[in-house]
Amino acid sequence: MEKLEKPGINKNENKFATRSGIPVKEVYHPSDLTDWDYANKLGEPAQYPFTRGINQPSERTKWVIGQYFGFGTAKSTNELLKYVLEQGAQNLVIAFDLPTQCGYDSDHPMAHGEVGKIGVAIDSLKDVETIFDGINIEGKTISPGGNNAISPIVLAMMLALCEKQHISPQKVKFVFQNDPLKEFISRGAFIFPPKAAVKFAVDTVEYCHKQNLYLSAPQMYCGYHLREGGATIKQAMAFTLANAVAFLDELVSRGINLNDFKCSFQVFLSGGVDFFEEIAARRAFRRMWAKTLKERYGCTNPRVLGIFLMEYTMGSNLTAQQPLNNVVRCTIAAMAAVLGGANGLIVSSYDEALGLPSQEALRVAVRTQQIIGEESGIASTVDPMAGSYYVEALTDELEKGATEIFQKVQDKGGSIEAIKSRYYMNEITKSAYQTFRDIESGRRTVIGVNKYQVKEEKVVKPMKLTSQKEEEEQIQRLQELRRQRDNTQVQKCLAQVKESALKGENLVEPILAAVKAYATIGEICNVLSEIWGRYEQPGI
Amino acid sequence: MTMTRTRPIKVLMSKPGLDGHDRGVKVLTLALRDAGFEVIYTGLRQTPESIVKTAIEEDVDVIGISCLTGNHQILSSEIINLLADKGANDIIVILGGIIPEEDIPILKKAGVKAVFGPGSQMADIIKFIRENVRN
Repeated sequence: MEKLEKPGINKNENKFATRSGIPVKEVYHPSDLTDWDYANKLGEPAQYPFTRGINQPSERTKWVIGQYFGFGTAKSTNELLKYVLEQGAQNLVIAFDLPTQCGYDSDHPMAHGEVGKIGVAIDSLKDVETIFDGINIEGKTISPGGNNAISPIVLAMMLALCEKQHISPQKVKFVFQNDPLKEFISRGAFIFPPKAAVKFAVDTVEYCHKQNLYLSAPQMYCGYHLREGGATIKQAMAFTLANAVAFLDELVSRGINLNDFKCSFQVFLSGGVDFFEEIAARRAFRRMWAKTLKERYGCTNPRVLGIFLMEYTMGSNLTAQQPLNNVVRCTIAAMAAVLGGANGLIVSSYDEALGLPSQEALRVAVRTQQIIGEESGIASTVDPMAGSYYVEALTDELEKGATEIFQKVQDKGGSIEAIKSRYYMNEITKSAYQTFRDIESGRRTVIGVNKYQVKEEKVVKPMKLTSQKEEEEQIQRLQELRRQRDNTQVQKCLAQVKESALKGENLVEPILAAVKAYATIGEICNVLSEIWGRYEQPGI
Repeated sequence: MTMTRTRPIKVLMSKPGLDGHDRGVKVLTLALRDAGFEVIYTGLRQTPESIVKTAIEEDVDVIGISCLTGNHQILSSEIINLLADKGANDIIVILGGIIPEEDIPILKKAGVKAVFGPGSQMADIIKFIRENVRN
């Protein structure tokens, strides 16, 4: 078991260092890029090792502008989805509440007070039918948010919905986060222990591949939550790649050749304000990803080697003090993401530290991206930072540092072992504490927090999304469903899920049958936990 | 006559419910340890029952509740009621997280001794604990 050593005060006295501790020289020269070879280090855009991004040059710098929001009941979600569709949106993001994400039905004691709170409550297929009532999902992108520990169940619900709408699931683009490993390290929406979690998640990937759901991205490896939990950018790069490799090892062990892989993968990164380090990190990460997958799996498939980067500017960089300053922080982070070759980007709302965003803050977040894309000119050409002595030196340094950490994780037996031994948790906690100490001691400047403070009233806004009444109504609907459905059929299906799990089979098909019989997420997770157990997080 | 404490102040840091935002609670755990307190952090997914049980078994002076999902009212009042049931209401309960202004008077009336919202200073939290744990 890794022990948490007491983090000390930062010994690095170099005030000119990047956030992750790379010393920054006064000036950079060609001599900083020794043995630097264009074809080897960069290559052309959309070509191995994808340092310059995955977009074809003709696409210039192009990315998808995203927004993330949560809402209360299935019915209000349905109304909102209809509204955003009328506004021309094609990407439907649906945030789930915490009980859904953690495998508890709305009437479970652990769910009390959380039903419909940070997203919509889904107990059974019935709720999904309500959410999509009157909405044809053909040709749409559907991203069920917070879908990690339960991804085969959510996939099964989507397949059942396609069946009801008489459309082929091949005609829908499903984007699943489906990265339960990061839940053990940061974010915490875990259900089953790490090894079972990997198996369950890969069931979704395997099914999507075998059914040729070629539009879909069945897994998105997340560095975002690791950094929000305190990881440095190097740790986030390394741990994300190590988690991806843990899933891919499982997928490949099932006889799937990544060179024939039908779907695509994504990586979810967060954007901070250390401008050049952020730009370099994206370029370094793509290169590391491509090299690792090529070497480890003999993969030559550009669809897999060129990784799609979804990004979100960091919420943990935002301050409760002088919140308007956060518009500037978000702009710097978003520019770095774009210059680093982000393929999808969500910008935080400047008032996030003080509760749910206002309409104005949401609008400014979207406008920030539009100003970057349509006014600033930075998106006119592909990878405009390429060839800068400093950026290339940083890109190399970050790749080197992150690769060393990645190797350390592999030496410890990979991600599952690094979770079990608390290595990840302790490393991230140490980094988070270091950041706190650096800000407290003034070593790291945060404007408005430890420098240039003003006297101000901080007003935290109300954040009640659903009322007690709505929770009770959801519970009533659930209990009515349990009375009305064919419970013999439900029990039969649940027994089949259990049997398949015992045999180690792919669970999507048996879960699809259970979902169609209106078995609940809680019931399905209960039978699986009888075999796999439930994860209990240790403290520090 | 003043009694002098013979042991350090003991704090239980807790995450009740399903909330997974634990960066703050972990940083606070380490900072309070550095300030000389004895601090236990039990990990995510605790219930009010398990928190009160640990607090009594470990004989803590303070329970720190961390909640960033908006479910702070239900969770803190359940913990305070359970403490009262067990005759352990000498344990001070403090709360941290994104707590709306309008909820603070209600929480204080329910027995929460202090609320530390976004942008709170560590020194203020430490000072509050030192001044409010009886010697």
